[in-house]
Amino acid sequence: MKHTLAVLVENRPGVLTHISGLISRRAFNIESIAAGYTEEPDTTRITIVVEGDEIEQEQVVNQLSKLVDVIKISDLTAVESIHRELALIKVKASIETRSDIINIVEIFRAKIVDVNRETMVIELSGDETKIDALCQVLKEDHGIIEIVRTGKIALSRGPIPAKDQ
Amino acid sequence: MIMTGAEAIIESLKNENVDVVFGYPGGAVLTLYDALYQANFRHILTKHEQGAVHAADGYARATGKVGVVIATSGPGAANLVTGIATAYMDSIPLVAITGQVAVSLIGRDSFQEADIRGITTPITKHNYLVKKVEDLPRVLKEAFYIARTGRPGPVVVDVAKDVFAAAVDYQYPQEVKLRGYHPLFAGNLETINKVFEELKLAQRPLIFVGGGVNLSNSAEALRELVDQTGFPVIASLMGLGSLPFDHPQFLGMVGMHGTYAANMATTKCDLLLGIGVRFDDRVTGLLSEFAAKAKVVHFDIDPAEINKNVRADLRVVGDLNWSLPALLERVKHVSGEFKKQVRSWIEEVLAWQREKPLTYESDAKLVMPQAVIEKVSRLTRGEGVIVTDVGQHQMWVAQYYGFKNPRSFLTSGGLGTMGYGLPAALGAQCGLPDQKVILFVGDGGVMMNCQELATAANYNFPVKVLIFNNQTLGMVAQWQRMFYGGRYSHTSLKGNTDFVKLAEAMGVTGLRVTKPEELDRVLEEALATPGPVVVDIQTPEIVDVLPMVPAGARLDQMIMGGSEE
Repeated sequence: MKHTLAVLVENRPGVLTHISGLISRRAFNIESIAAGYTEEPDTTRITIVVEGDEIEQEQVVNQLSKLVDVIKISDLTAVESIHRELALIKVKASIETRSDIINIVEIFRAKIVDVNRETMVIELSGDETKIDALCQVLKEDHGIIEIVRTGKIALSRGPIPAKDQ
Repeated sequence: MIMTGAEAIIESLKNENVDVVFGYPGGAVLTLYDALYQANFRHILTKHEQGAVHAADGYARATGKVGVVIATSGPGAANLVTGIATAYMDSIPLVAITGQVAVSLIGRDSFQEADIRGITTPITKHNYLVKKVEDLPRVLKEAFYIARTGRPGPVVVDVAKDVFAAAVDYQYPQEVKLRGYHPLFAGNLETINKVFEELKLAQRPLIFVGGGVNLSNSAEALRELVDQTGFPVIASLMGLGSLPFDHPQFLGMVGMHGTYAANMATTKCDLLLGIGVRFDDRVTGLLSEFAAKAKVVHFDIDPAEINKNVRADLRVVGDLNWSLPALLERVKHVSGEFKKQVRSWIEEVLAWQREKPLTYESDAKLVMPQAVIEKVSRLTRGEGVIVTDVGQHQMWVAQYYGFKNPRSFLTSGGLGTMGYGLPAALGAQCGLPDQKVILFVGDGGVMMNCQELATAANYNFPVKVLIFNNQTLGMVAQWQRMFYGGRYSHTSLKGNTDFVKLAEAMGVTGLRVTKPEELDRVLEEALATPGPVVVDIQTPEIVDVLPMVPAGARLDQMIMGGSEE
């Protein structure tokens, strides 16, 4: 099963090296990893999606926790939480096919962020399956030139932040 | 107080009660070496950076203090890598201070530049690159704290060359503020209660002692637990010494070259108390069949060790200096009942021990390596510090030396580093000048860092170096004999090396044993001779370490040898 972990780390040089080094050395099965600043300037938050059984998941948490730069890990799978990913999709779009693409974009509540004579760039945020579904439709009907996805980020519902969980 | 970065390092070393550093100078650490010179700080100059890091490791293992090593940038730092990995695998507290090229040159493939932080990330507990002199006092404070607390380990502090010379208003921090590092002492008492309940139910309990007991200096509590429960005890390689070898409940080492009794007891037990162990593959054999009949209780300070290799039914996470006394508190009121409960089990395990003790074939014309170890063990009465290198002799020492005291056996267990022994012995002797330090080493391993004989002579470290000279890379040859059809691919070390002359050339006394009748006299002479001594002991080429559990086999599937086959 998949687990989504919120990993709070020191915002210092070398921290990502320590984390990615550990993941590769221990051969952990990581599906996605997304990092960014937080409400505290000295803290970076990394969202990691781990694939594996309970034992593997426990090892990932325990080994990551051993890193001196890792301040806190909370498993957002266990609590009510919001999961989002952002994707930018460059799709083939001629004058004839534009309107169909616009229809699809509206159905998915996505946004068109760039248009030119041959392509359109679509921005979509949502959970993984929604992005997968849009990509599927666009790929089959129009052809995708390239995709970039951020990897999942997640936030718990309710007032308690990950650092206090 | 205003001083240079280099002086700040010296001050920090003093603040950490470091009395000696091991190292080798070079371009990037010139300023630091100048400060060492001016402060007249005790520094042991080895002949190779690898010698320095193993010496710092041996010092740390023998004394329990943090070992400190200094090397220059690039090749100097890279030469530390094997030693850092060795310390990491065995959880040895070490601080390595390396020079780095100047800040403005970092990342430009400058002369003698290597990204030692990147290189050592997977083999350190933590590491730093210091580019600003004002970070130096905090980083050193953290480095020593991280190295010695919790599960100990090596920390690398890489310092850019210009930082050594830059001025800083030095103030050593009083305390460490690390948001992500809170080493655990006391764990959850409820877990201790649960373990106690399990102990009461067990019919065939077994205590399995690991290196954690030696590292945490908790041997006394362990000994009391063993005495109060009456349970039989086995040890990993790293756990040897935590219980006296002749303790009536002690069955010896478990695992690939473990005793028959220890391996059988592990296979048959119904409760296994792993104390400061990490269930290494050399211990478990076929993992799925390891202690298959047992509930496993795992005591460790590192939560990540739980369920890493062996599934634990119960876990006790915390310092052994907390958990062992806490368990003892409960056990001691019902000590008599425990002993009654395990009476028939104890008889069973002692019968295994009686029926199939460790044996070896001897020959009146040959100097058997096992006999040498037994002789040394008698001469020293198990006192002093025993150091080994890696290979057959290492396993024989584990099997045949009568260890009495914790921290008396220094060996590269996890990484299995050939070349470790000689420099580690020097470090141990440096830390414990009044103790007898004896190194057992093969003719292969001694050559890997034989340059350090010169260090032994220069500092007059009175280490006794016993070379088991069988003219072969014994352990690898044993595997070739057993599993590769006897095709000895590049394991013959036959040559013209004269170890007595080598010793003498380095300024060390050299002695030789070629016949069994010379053994006693020469060993006694070696131990009585002041200063470092090398003894070239010529042992037979083909001797197997037995028993042996082939890699990936079940623990009770031992090749016994001798009259068994």
